Amino acid sequence: MRLVRRVAGRRALLAGLAVVFPVGMAMLAGVMPVQAQPAQQPTAGAGQVVTVYSYRQPFLIRPVLEAFTRRTGIKVRTAFARKGLLERLRAEGENTPADVVITADFARLWALKKAGLLRPVESEVLRKAVPAHLRDEEGQWFGLTKRARIIVAHKDRVKDGEIARYADLAAPHMKGRVCIRSGKHPYNVALFASMIAHDGRDATRDFLKGLKANLARKPQGNDRAQARAIHEGVCDVALLNSYYLGKMATNEKKPEQKEWYGSLKVIFPEAQGRGTHVNISGGAVVKHAKNPQAGQKLLEFMVSEEAQRMYAALNHEYPVRPGVQPSELVRSWGELREDRLPLTEIARRSREAARLVDEVGLDH
Amino acid sequence: MTASPATEAMAAASAPAGRGGGLRLLRIGALVAAGLVVLPLLAVVVMAASFSDALPHLWRTVMPQLALNTLLLMAGVGISVIMLGCGAAWLVVRYRFPGHGIMQWALALPLAVPGYLVAFIYTDLLEYAGPVQKALRELFGWQGPRDYYFPEIRSLPGAVMVLSLTLYPYVYLLARVAFMAQSASLLEAARLLGRKPWPAFFAVALPVAWPAVAAGTALALMEVLNDFGVVDFFAVPTFTAGIFDVWLNMNDAAGAAQLALVLLVFTLLLILLERMARRRRRFDTAGPRAAGRGWRLRGWKAALALAACLLPVVLGFVLPVAVLLMHAARFWQESLQQGLMEQLFNTLLLASVVSLTAALLALVLAFAARLDGSATVRGAVRLAGIGYAMPGAMLAVGLLMALAWADGLINDAARAWLGMAPGLLLSGTMFALAHGHVSRFLALALGSIESGLARISPSMEAAARTLGARPAEVLRRVHLPMLRGSVLTALLIVFVDSVKELPMTLLLRPFGFSTLATQTYQFASDEMFEEAALGALFIVMAGIIPLILLVRAMNAPSSQSETARF
Repeated sequence: MRLVRRVAGRRALLAGLAVVFPVGMAMLAGVMPVQAQPAQQPTAGAGQVVTVYSYRQPFLIRPVLEAFTRRTGIKVRTAFARKGLLERLRAEGENTPADVVITADFARLWALKKAGLLRPVESEVLRKAVPAHLRDEEGQWFGLTKRARIIVAHKDRVKDGEIARYADLAAPHMKGRVCIRSGKHPYNVALFASMIAHDGRDATRDFLKGLKANLARKPQGNDRAQARAIHEGVCDVALLNSYYLGKMATNEKKPEQKEWYGSLKVIFPEAQGRGTHVNISGGAVVKHAKNPQAGQKLLEFMVSEEAQRMYAALNHEYPVRPGVQPSELVRSWGELREDRLPLTEIARRSREAARLVDEVGLDH
Repeated sequence: MTASPATEAMAAASAPAGRGGGLRLLRIGALVAAGLVVLPLLAVVVMAASFSDALPHLWRTVMPQLALNTLLLMAGVGISVIMLGCGAAWLVVRYRFPGHGIMQWALALPLAVPGYLVAFIYTDLLEYAGPVQKALRELFGWQGPRDYYFPEIRSLPGAVMVLSLTLYPYVYLLARVAFMAQSASLLEAARLLGRKPWPAFFAVALPVAWPAVAAGTALALMEVLNDFGVVDFFAVPTFTAGIFDVWLNMNDAAGAAQLALVLLVFTLLLILLERMARRRRRFDTAGPRAAGRGWRLRGWKAALALAACLLPVVLGFVLPVAVLLMHAARFWQESLQQGLMEQLFNTLLLASVVSLTAALLALVLAFAARLDGSATVRGAVRLAGIGYAMPGAMLAVGLLMALAWADGLINDAARAWLGMAPGLLLSGTMFALAHGHVSRFLALALGSIESGLARISPSMEAAARTLGARPAEVLRRVHLPMLRGSVLTALLIVFVDSVKELPMTLLLRPFGFSTLATQTYQFASDEMFEEAALGALFIVMAGIIPLILLVRAMNAPSSQSETARF
């Protein structure tokens, strides 16, 4: 008798748990499962939703997305992740809820295309608004804003003309005066890839060796940290993405960054030669998008005049649309003569560039 | 009609393991639990099965450096956390001094602070442009970096220091429980034989507490191996940094998966070595529990003990939190705009579910291993604890792959039979997130519960069986009450780690679901740590209360008085 009761008690308990747990979990998945939308979408704007997977910080793109919703009535949902969006898209396959991907550099777009995760977009608007070298030739991705990889130097300690090209960073007179962030960071890798595209692998390897010899300290921190280092006297020159200048110059909460900005002068490398290396933040429509038309509308909005001005000014970047001026602050740094080599050509060399960095041991 | 105790004992002794429905259920439960946890790992193995030349490339170039850095980091942190954790636990258990009650739980507090924030705070403080060096320069009139020597904080020793400060509580918590449970008779015997207190510690107490210390150290070291934020910030390229580099910068997921597996094998080897080293030793204590009160210290000895305890607490908790408070006071508006309260709720909900699930699974696994000594179950238990040895982001990607594939099957079936697709039920909801966390943190719960189980003498089981209890009943009525402390420790450690967890959460979270950690990270990753401070403080607060509760609960003599009856 006792035996039966004990056995029944235990089994009942376990069975109970086996039921409660999944139910509990399902209740917790109270954030609604992401619906795969049915194939027929109402074409009217109101009530539609476009889903964005973003590599860019939400606060950077939110104002533009809100303006888009105001203009078209289409709502926007965003998921942000620094890493792994590509794997997520690949794993989700046909069931992905994503319509649009927004990235912070072009290497990611190129990788997405190579993985077959994007779909070509036929759009006269986009083709006209984005210069050929800043978009994919098959229309699978488009640059939305532009940033230059410039050299900043201490305004007193570095004489005018000491540095005019990227290659000067490896020159003997720069020994112990250069700071950079990690050589493996995508912004630097893109720059080195463009050097391989222009000058070839061996020349770039020599450059990297020379650069390493000129470093004042091991590569560390982000771009802004290099500006700080110049201000503090650790080094004299650094590589920077142009928009960081804007961020430092307008930082009300951290006025010390204004000081850093104040001690710098801006050099657009290769301005007399092949042009300054640029990178883009870009967008693309996902291959299995449930709402590709809305996705295309979003991209087209982001290259419209109104959005270009807003989007670029938000982050102190250069608009891609010809004819739209960057903000006054950005213009004050000087004229940008950009490298017109198609970004796809540069992206093709990224892997090689990353390997060169390893071979030279730039970060060690 | 009941058989006589003697015959029943003989029957129990000769019965093959696995007899009885409860036991079979336990075994199945253990295998299922291990399987679920291992799922993402399997996916990573699948990922690694594609071609990649990343390994040969790395081998030719930076691998020696990566490996050396990693080994040095592990050695440094390993030694430091053992010293800090055991030393602190010993002081707090065996002695009494003013402030000793507070120190009991205060010493565990650094666990509540995310590692990369501590890293930032110390680099901010101690780097060239930071306040400490600035003050020194003003004081002594030095002009530039070449005028004086100051240790570079962004270096391997700096990383060792920061990691040790945030990870020693693992060893401290487990060692403390072990010391508290140690039999006084062991130490009395040592004293009788002429050993002074400190040599007795090294000769008797520490070796007997070894499983707990080893478990705590193993956890800390796995955190080190897996860490990316701190070493990246400190510019110390480690093996894990290599994994992320290959994955993100070279867009080579297969290569990264291969590297992650190498790391895994290495970790497994270490664990295996450690277990082989203590294979034939017994760690249960047969005598009465240690006397609850320690030796009272007075005068300078008491002050020294207090200072020794205060040091890690101040460096690992008080100082970082003070800096966070300072920043939060300036930037709280920015932080609040982002819906901090909702994130707090999400974080707590997730952490509760994860810790309860992990503790339950760990109990099932540990009991199954104890009762059913078969190699299958033991292997399953070992495998289940491996999730901790893999970088969280890698695990998340593997899990995504596996769950999305399952979702694909579900959706295909639904489309065929129901004409509609329900969406991503597994990979798009909180299920994936919770699954990921549990996979990763099960090792923590297992470590605590297994080391607690190891302290229970088999003679206890034998006695209970002789008295007629079936195996599962023995677990329920004898082991479980004695494991209260370990279960609580498991719950706590997993809770706190889940609150802090970042890379997996970023990748696996559903739409509209953000946690304190993801929010903090969004600011921190742009080196806008000041804006991250308020969110970070919430994380710390979410971890403190469970911490204090736990340590208090582990004080209760109930787990000790059970044996007093025997």
